[in-house]
Amino acid sequence: MSLQQLANRIQENYSTGFVKAVEWRGDLAVTVTRDRLHEVAQFLHDDPATDFDYIVHVSSVDWPDDEERFEVVYEFYSIRKRQRIRLKTRVPESDCIVDSLTDLWKGADFMEREVFDMMGIRFRHHPDLRRILLPDDYTEGYPLRKDFPLRGKGWRDTFEFLDETVR
Amino acid sequence: MGLIQIGRHEKDGTSDIVTTTVEKAVNWARKGSLWPMTFGLACCAIEMIAAVSSRYDMDRYGAGVFRASPRQSDLMIVAGTVCRRMAPVIRKLYDQMPEPKYVIAMGSCATSGNIYDSYSVVQGVDRFVPVDIYVPGCPPTPEALFDGILKLQERIMLKPVFLKQPDQVRPSLKI
Amino acid sequence: MAFEDQRTTVYKIDPAHPESETLPTLRTEELLLNMGPQHPATHGVLKVILELEGERLVKSTPVLGYLHRGVEKLAEDGTYHQFIPHTDRLDYVCAMYNNFAYCRAVEKLMNITVPNRAEYLRTIVAEVQRIIGHQFWLGTQALDIGAMTVFFYCFRDREILMDWFDELCGARLTTSWYRIGGVERDFTPSLIEKLKRFLDYFPPKIDEYIVFLETNRIWLGRTKGVAIISAEDAVSFGLSGPTLRGSGVDYDLRKAQSYSAYPKCEFSVPLGKNGDTYDRYWIRVQELYESVKIIRQCLEQMQDGPIMADVPSVTLPPKQRVFTNLESMIQQFKLFSQGFDAPPGEIYCGTEAHKGELGFYIVSTGGGKPYRLKIRAPSFIHMGAFDHMSRGYMISDAVTIFGTYDIVMGECDR
Repeated sequence: MSLQQLANRIQENYSTGFVKAVEWRGDLAVTVTRDRLHEVAQFLHDDPATDFDYIVHVSSVDWPDDEERFEVVYEFYSIRKRQRIRLKTRVPESDCIVDSLTDLWKGADFMEREVFDMMGIRFRHHPDLRRILLPDDYTEGYPLRKDFPLRGKGWRDTFEFLDETVR
Repeated sequence: MGLIQIGRHEKDGTSDIVTTTVEKAVNWARKGSLWPMTFGLACCAIEMIAAVSSRYDMDRYGAGVFRASPRQSDLMIVAGTVCRRMAPVIRKLYDQMPEPKYVIAMGSCATSGNIYDSYSVVQGVDRFVPVDIYVPGCPPTPEALFDGILKLQERIMLKPVFLKQPDQVRPSLKI
Repeated sequence: MAFEDQRTTVYKIDPAHPESETLPTLRTEELLLNMGPQHPATHGVLKVILELEGERLVKSTPVLGYLHRGVEKLAEDGTYHQFIPHTDRLDYVCAMYNNFAYCRAVEKLMNITVPNRAEYLRTIVAEVQRIIGHQFWLGTQALDIGAMTVFFYCFRDREILMDWFDELCGARLTTSWYRIGGVERDFTPSLIEKLKRFLDYFPPKIDEYIVFLETNRIWLGRTKGVAIISAEDAVSFGLSGPTLRGSGVDYDLRKAQSYSAYPKCEFSVPLGKNGDTYDRYWIRVQELYESVKIIRQCLEQMQDGPIMADVPSVTLPPKQRVFTNLESMIQQFKLFSQGFDAPPGEIYCGTEAHKGELGFYIVSTGGGKPYRLKIRAPSFIHMGAFDHMSRGYMISDAVTIFGTYDIVMGECDR
């Protein structure tokens, strides 16, 4: 089905959750509200007409000037239908928690952990939500947020383990 | 002169005599049989592997036996970007190596952090480990690594052998 | 004299039922074994915490992040052109393919069409890089399992191609030859001649590598039936590349969403049946043959023409003109200091790198720097399936599984 038909199908089935659909440079990006995210994703996964069985990536974008600051982006692909779709949702900073999609796509596990690590967005019902690329005791914050300095806050230059080697 | 003299076998049967100092002999043995530790972190590791492979054969300089365990090695070639998370591991491995030990910082990332001026990359491995030789390049070609190893061998020849071992291990460089 | 430790009490036969000759139960404990981050398997700095019951893996937890360089944050700090050398160092075994994937993504964002000759040049170099990458993989996989000879043979032939890269763009490993809108410089006649000679020299060499492995009982015993993953699980985990095709799923971006000069070439995509290590090894070896085929066809079909798209506001001028012509120098300066003006929007572009689907998700709000650049790295996603794939196998299979996944930590941790 064409991208326009796909967007229409989602809009018909989930008219309360649907916010907008943008088609640009051949990619379709559908924004839904946070509470309907899991249902829409389940529909896209289970419906035989859409059949999105392959998860491409999960990422997040920080829009600090908007009220709903963080945008969580999922991208799915259908191997049989050869079609791609991007599903987005917005969360505010005060309550940045989203439903996890690990029950539908197993690959979302590590990808959501990375989003948590880099941006600080939590995922409800995630089997093991902890930092993945930075150490578990990293206290400086979430690096990919726009207010985090590129050079960090001094962690890279402090070597507390050196004092232990001086016997 | 300070070079090891190899006597010639005379036709009338007098045998070869080599005269040298103990220091030079020990240093000659040490430089000719460096045992590196496999410590490839990032892209420079690929060039280090290429340096050990068929074409650029590091074994001809005596440094071909790569040991996985730090207890059995005396050269640590830090090849690749040193991230802050990896730093305690590197320091621990360095501490586990027995004396005399040498460190080569291979590549720009180990020397100074390279283009990664970010929150998690240590700007040079010499911030917490004393380095003997810096080999620049991104990545340095295997020939450049050999240049570094040869210079290290020259440096080893100059080191004193009879030392009163210090009672404490002190990191020699501050940040 | 018996030792009074726990073992002796366990071995006592139950006095209430002395007739039962049951085997004594051995008290076992799960052992947590830490593997890495420094270990001889050449896959880089990866730590895996293995929970073992005897020698069987019960659960393995990969701990990533020892090579996390903050590349995605660095991307927001520089222009699009300045990011190309960063992409080299992602999957450092196959640098050209990362450049290719990134340049394609930016060209999709800017809606630039690359000229015909540049497409062929890109495809040829990408397939040469695929050969290099698969040779590296075969050498290190064989070395991990114990076949050292194959390692030396593969690296010998790899050096020929590294010299070819050296002549093409000046660097052996981290090449940065691709540019947004085309490529940096054209092939010289001596390069084409050398490549043709290599294409004749190489297929018998692949047969040579296989001869050591195909009938070797040890190789077959260590790869057949090891690390099996079913097709549904593989798709659900998001695996791609030979790891996915080993399970029989026909998903190759060069055919499914064909790009560059691939639609004009005839090649087949090998598929596995069982989803085990042997199938993935076989696919990668067959891909070596297919790459040779693709390069031959591209060399025949390639015609003369420009190697860079003619969009002066985006693409860099040729270096000779920069040193002689004032306009070109100003254009170069402006493009590197401010960057070109990208339209606001977002795109995702995936490419079939030799490890899997390498994708870039770029969000732009206008201006010269990307607002957000996300790298979809196949190695990171394959690590997500590591636990699932390694359950129930022996500890010595853990190293085989690293190899069959073909993980590179530069890409995994970014």
